[in-house]
Amino acid sequence: MNAPTTVSERLNATGTANALELRGVSKLFGALAALSDINITVRPGERRAVLGSNGAGKTTLFNCITGDFLPTSGSIRFFGEDISEFPAHERIRRGLRRTYQISLLFTGLSVLDNVYLACCGVSRGRFSLIRPRRNDALMASAEDLVRVVHMEDAKDTLVSELSYGQQRQLEIAMALSGAPRFILFDEPAAGLSPTERRELVEILTGLPSHMGFIIIEHDMDVALRVAESVTMMHNGRIFKEGKPAEIEEDPEVQALYLGGGDG
Amino acid sequence: MALIEETEAGEADDRKVGWAERVPVQYWVVIILLLIMPAFASDFTLFQIFGWSFILGMIALSLMFLAGYGGMVSLVQMTIAGLAGYMIAIFGDSAITDISQGWPWYVSIPIALIIAMLFGSLVGWLSVRTEGIYTIMITLAIASAFFYFARQNYVVFNGFSGFNGVLPPMLFGVDWRGSQAFYYLTLFWACLSYLVVLYLSRSPFGLALQGVRDNPRRMAALGFNVNAHRVAAYAFAALIAGIGGILLTWQSAQISPGTAGVGPVIDILIIAVIGGLRHPIGPFIGAFIYVVLKTFSVDFLTALGLGGERFQLLIGISFLVIVFWSPDGILGLWEKWRRSRGKDPLRDAGESKL
Ligand SMILES: Nc1ncnc2c1ncn2[C@@H]1O[C@H](COP(=O)(O)OP(=O)(O)O)[C@@H](O)[C@H]1O
Ligand SMILES: [Mg+2]
Repeated sequence: MNAPTTVSERLNATGTANALELRGVSKLFGALAALSDINITVRPGERRAVLGSNGAGKTTLFNCITGDFLPTSGSIRFFGEDISEFPAHERIRRGLRRTYQISLLFTGLSVLDNVYLACCGVSRGRFSLIRPRRNDALMASAEDLVRVVHMEDAKDTLVSELSYGQQRQLEIAMALSGAPRFILFDEPAAGLSPTERRELVEILTGLPSHMGFIIIEHDMDVALRVAESVTMMHNGRIFKEGKPAEIEEDPEVQALYLGGGDG
Repeated sequence: MALIEETEAGEADDRKVGWAERVPVQYWVVIILLLIMPAFASDFTLFQIFGWSFILGMIALSLMFLAGYGGMVSLVQMTIAGLAGYMIAIFGDSAITDISQGWPWYVSIPIALIIAMLFGSLVGWLSVRTEGIYTIMITLAIASAFFYFARQNYVVFNGFSGFNGVLPPMLFGVDWRGSQAFYYLTLFWACLSYLVVLYLSRSPFGLALQGVRDNPRRMAALGFNVNAHRVAAYAFAALIAGIGGILLTWQSAQISPGTAGVGPVIDILIIAVIGGLRHPIGPFIGAFIYVVLKTFSVDFLTALGLGGERFQLLIGISFLVIVFWSPDGILGLWEKWRRSRGKDPLRDAGESKL
């Protein structure tokens, strides 16, 4: 592996390269082609929405990018670096983050502890044997993140006692730990109340402009308000790419969305 | 459950309360009782019952750490203890002067513990890619391989008979195999390892280990190297088991393949399960019950007109009974009792949140 290892090498790699570059990514589950020959390029700081019916392969795409499982074929570059063979934790340590469609949280721990764990994971304190103290830097950044998602009042609540919407918010706080360079949001708005949706849009639009993301979202309203470009997926393939307005008016897309498709 | 240490969480006036006053009174009773035990307990009780319970408790604690916090049921903990025992016999002093190197304790003990940790890490590295029953099988296979290897190897392990005359150093002019001294020696190491495990459970390392147990995929997506974390847990558990193994060797003044045979290997699992895997105190409770049963069941059985050798049966039955009533061991029973007491309408309004 000739991956850039020093900080300056990585920064140089950042300079010109795309945030994310997928070339010919395919994923087979047995005979089922969940992804076939996906090519996607996302610029640094770009905000992209991925649309598509259920089973289109959107979550599988995220899983391949983060290394939750390896694609059957194809290559993935993250800020110029080929991460195709990296295990998940190495990709995360390079600034990639994600949320899960079905919350994967530590239900026996409090809100703050969950965020704290997320902060440990991307720091050198991973193996620390010392319990956190009040003035611990990681704990302080965890408290900050809890504030970013407006959960100060629930920070000592056990995750198992949170409402569904709060669990989604917590997922976002955990994805913001450390210094994320690019985030994958898997249907963060699903199941949220209108108020919670508004808050979510505020959080997403309020992210620093260098932080690009891909958001999977069924709600066109949310997707089009936070994203500057749209990728439509269907049956494991990319079906359309373009500006939100183009996509909305595209007759094929309308046919797929209104005429039912398979979702 | 806030992560911040309770001692740190308190507000200004709370801080004036000394740490001693925050320890519940029942704990003080237990601590004082353990400290003054030699004033009234017999030599046999101190050396054989408590000393042995503390040692087996430590070895079972190393299993509890792996299984309870890490979700990895390792059957090599007794093997690691035995290996550490062999190492002090080989590098330190024993009656087998042909093999024993006779190095001083401050060399032989660190070497023994380092080898134990290396071996533990190796086993961890071999087994972290497996799960559940496969972890049990692979560690059991390693444990029996070690047993047969030690029994057949005469050059280093002295085969069937092993090493006798393995004694603790006469540090500070104390005979550490004297019943009182040995009691305090084992009490000290048992308490220390208990407190360290308790402390680690809320450190980033311990929390992450519990995260790996509950959701390895999520931990990887947070940047944790799941397998490295598991191997590190094996290494730490091996340190505790290794200390236990050295104490065990000193107690019987010998180490032989039988110490780490398949029977004792399984006994450690039984001890941990009887006591409970959810809290580090469980293994010590389990060890105490095991030692009492093993020591007195022979008399008890012969009094009933049964063969004394059936004590394994007695342990097996107690195991079944406890696991049947409470999968979480004695600790689980205790929690159940506390909860049912909390619900008692005559005592309080049932507002028990445990
Ligand atoms: N782990 C898996 N094993 C087998 N099939 C899977 C797995 N994950 C997803 N699939 C299948 O891949 C297809 C795409 O799924 P997914 O990526 O979850 O779709 P989306 O997120 O767009 O709704 C579906 O047909 C699904 O059943
Ligand atoms: Mg999905």
